[in-house]
Amino acid sequence: MSILSGILVLAGLALLFGLILGFAAIRFKVESDPLVDQIDEILPQTQCGQCGYPGCRPYAEAIANGDDINKCPPGGEATIQKLSDLTGREAKPLDAAHGVEDVKKVAYIREDECIGCTKCIQACPVDAIMGANRQMHTVIADECTGCDLCVEPCPVDCIDMLPVTTKPERWRWQLDSIPVTVVDATQALPEQKAEPKEEHSGSQV
Amino acid sequence: MSKQASNAVQLWDFPGGIHPPERKQLANRTPIAHLPLPSVLYIPLRQHLGSAGNILVQPGDTVLRGQALTEPGHTGGLPVHAPTSGTVQAIIDHPSNHPSMLAEPCIQLIPDGLHNSVAFEPISNPFEATALSLLQHIQQAGIAGMGGAGFPTAQKLAQSRRIELLIINGVECEPYIVSDDRLMREHAATIVRGSLLIGHILGNPAIVIAVEDNKPEAIQALEHALTQLDSQQAEQISLRVVPTKYPSGGEKQLIQVLTGKQVPARGYPAHIGIIMQNVGTAFAVARAIDHGEPLMERVVTLTGEAFAQPGTVWGLLGTPIAHLLTHAGLQTEAQQRIIVGGPMMGFTVTDLQIPITKTTNCLLAPTTTEIPAKRQELACIRCGACEQVCPASILPQQLYWLARAKDHDGLAQHHLSDCIECGACAYVCPSEIPLVHYYRQAKADIREAHIEQQKAEIARQRFEARQARLQREKEERLERHRQAAEARQKALAAREREHAQQAEPAAPNAPAAASDDPQKAKVAAAIARAKAKKAAQQVQQQSQQGDSESS
Repeated sequence: MSILSGILVLAGLALLFGLILGFAAIRFKVESDPLVDQIDEILPQTQCGQCGYPGCRPYAEAIANGDDINKCPPGGEATIQKLSDLTGREAKPLDAAHGVEDVKKVAYIREDECIGCTKCIQACPVDAIMGANRQMHTVIADECTGCDLCVEPCPVDCIDMLPVTTKPERWRWQLDSIPVTVVDATQALPEQKAEPKEEHSGSQV
Repeated sequence: MSKQASNAVQLWDFPGGIHPPERKQLANRTPIAHLPLPSVLYIPLRQHLGSAGNILVQPGDTVLRGQALTEPGHTGGLPVHAPTSGTVQAIIDHPSNHPSMLAEPCIQLIPDGLHNSVAFEPISNPFEATALSLLQHIQQAGIAGMGGAGFPTAQKLAQSRRIELLIINGVECEPYIVSDDRLMREHAATIVRGSLLIGHILGNPAIVIAVEDNKPEAIQALEHALTQLDSQQAEQISLRVVPTKYPSGGEKQLIQVLTGKQVPARGYPAHIGIIMQNVGTAFAVARAIDHGEPLMERVVTLTGEAFAQPGTVWGLLGTPIAHLLTHAGLQTEAQQRIIVGGPMMGFTVTDLQIPITKTTNCLLAPTTTEIPAKRQELACIRCGACEQVCPASILPQQLYWLARAKDHDGLAQHHLSDCIECGACAYVCPSEIPLVHYYRQAKADIREAHIEQQKAEIARQRFEARQARLQREKEERLERHRQAAEARQKALAAREREHAQQAEPAAPNAPAAASDDPQKAKVAAAIARAKAKKAAQQVQQQSQQGDSESS
């Protein structure tokens, strides 16, 4: 009797939890693989294709399916570290076959040389190039990811990849990188020794 | 009398704080001096927090003193004005008055020595004018907060919230700096006037002018200026003397001292009904409204034992600091440091051609005996001295370890954003760790990561939008092809049916050759048409190529 009731209770519980799980599976269904989204979140979104996949999302899918995490040169070591933390795989050094970590760059079209062929526009993965057929093209610098994909198709080689210049408001306090020059005060302040008296009287002007 | 009254009011205290040697006597004994004109001015387009304005002048233009050189662009920004008359020589990138010393666009102005001004347009009866018109006037005058951060004043005053208290900050707690001290001593009445004008803009809240008790002469001057007011205004405005402690001049700290209230983290004083302005800003507002003068010069303290004649000067905005250093008789030693700002929060510069900006309050040239050169940074011994002095009640030592580990989440959890970079922790650190430098770097890294994250998000959206567009175009193309094929098949079927109908009655009578001939002729005509079209296109293309080559 007690065995039967035990079996019944367990069966009832199994049924109950099964229903709850079944309901949750339908109610909270996730359309795409959440791991792919998380990986995609970490990738730098340059869409440069240096990893061998046509964009960051395809590479994210490949990583989720077991591809190596060290194929993203724009992301560099920082991205590999984050991917390693997320996927639990070993953080290997960047695979040199896919390129090396470089400074951030932005495409620049030498506008007087542009013939308006629209080839770069078709190559740009983020639609950051403005222009039309037989009209001069230009890069929207704020939207450019520096992926380099527009350089190859240009028939007149008028696209340069320029390093991004740092502005004071985005400077990262690398005081070590400022060359320490000892200011030669005798040169910087030429008037100091020549006319010390005039300065003083000048204060009343 | 008013001093007693102000001292009777309750004051609060903020946690931490330090009492470094004040050393204000070096520069505060002589009046604010006027300098001879420099031979060249480098006027940065951006001297405030925010974006630069649009340039209004061209190289070769002659400008007058007070003439606007830039105007606010569509992204905001403040105008800058010519501080003297002269010729615009060039618009160049010049090392900026910023710890990075990175080049920023500047207008290079060669003064003509005449100092001719434009006709200034003061506002008569400003107390009858609307707040909006006064705000526009302040904006046009290019006034930015002169206490340090350089936030556009009009933007700060254009509050939709109800403001109950306006604090005019004359605390000037950082050692050595005496710009506000001298300004209060010499122009107390103008400061009071400016305070009342700002109060009028804000809908007449209570006004408190706060001064540290180490400036008795300034306090006296302000008290005297307050006795000159009529009774209604005198009731609105009061003077509070606060005890000397660094950094009581910090916005959040001074609010806590005066009101006992704390500004919420990541919030603004306006969130608790308070606005703070520097005395220099109040002075500039009064000058702009009563005299129509835009912000063209500011008081700069030249101090430190390396100067033969330390003191304060009116520095035209854009003056290379070398000009000021020369004026004060800088006696350089072997490795002379020039610090912009005070010893606590200032930064060392390596180029003496950087210009004076709206926020440059002090140039400090200490001797090595006065402020010893930075020694080797030692290991943190976890003594906890930094935590005792932190005015923001955060844990400097913990932040130091987290910053070294680049643990951005940990730094956020420990409220790095509440750090005001006052330098009290680094001052007391027995291991001489430049703590604030670590925090600044960490803050910059966090900000940069945030910007990168945002850019990546935008790039992702644009990439996906493009993919979707390409997919859509492909589908549309396929759809068009399918429809065209269908139409062709339909047309073919229809023609065949027609032929069948025609052929049936014709077949018994007409010979097959007769029906073939007109069809063959039709086909030949169609081929000829196509060929002609193709030839025409080729000719056109050739001529176009010829055009583009010749162009």
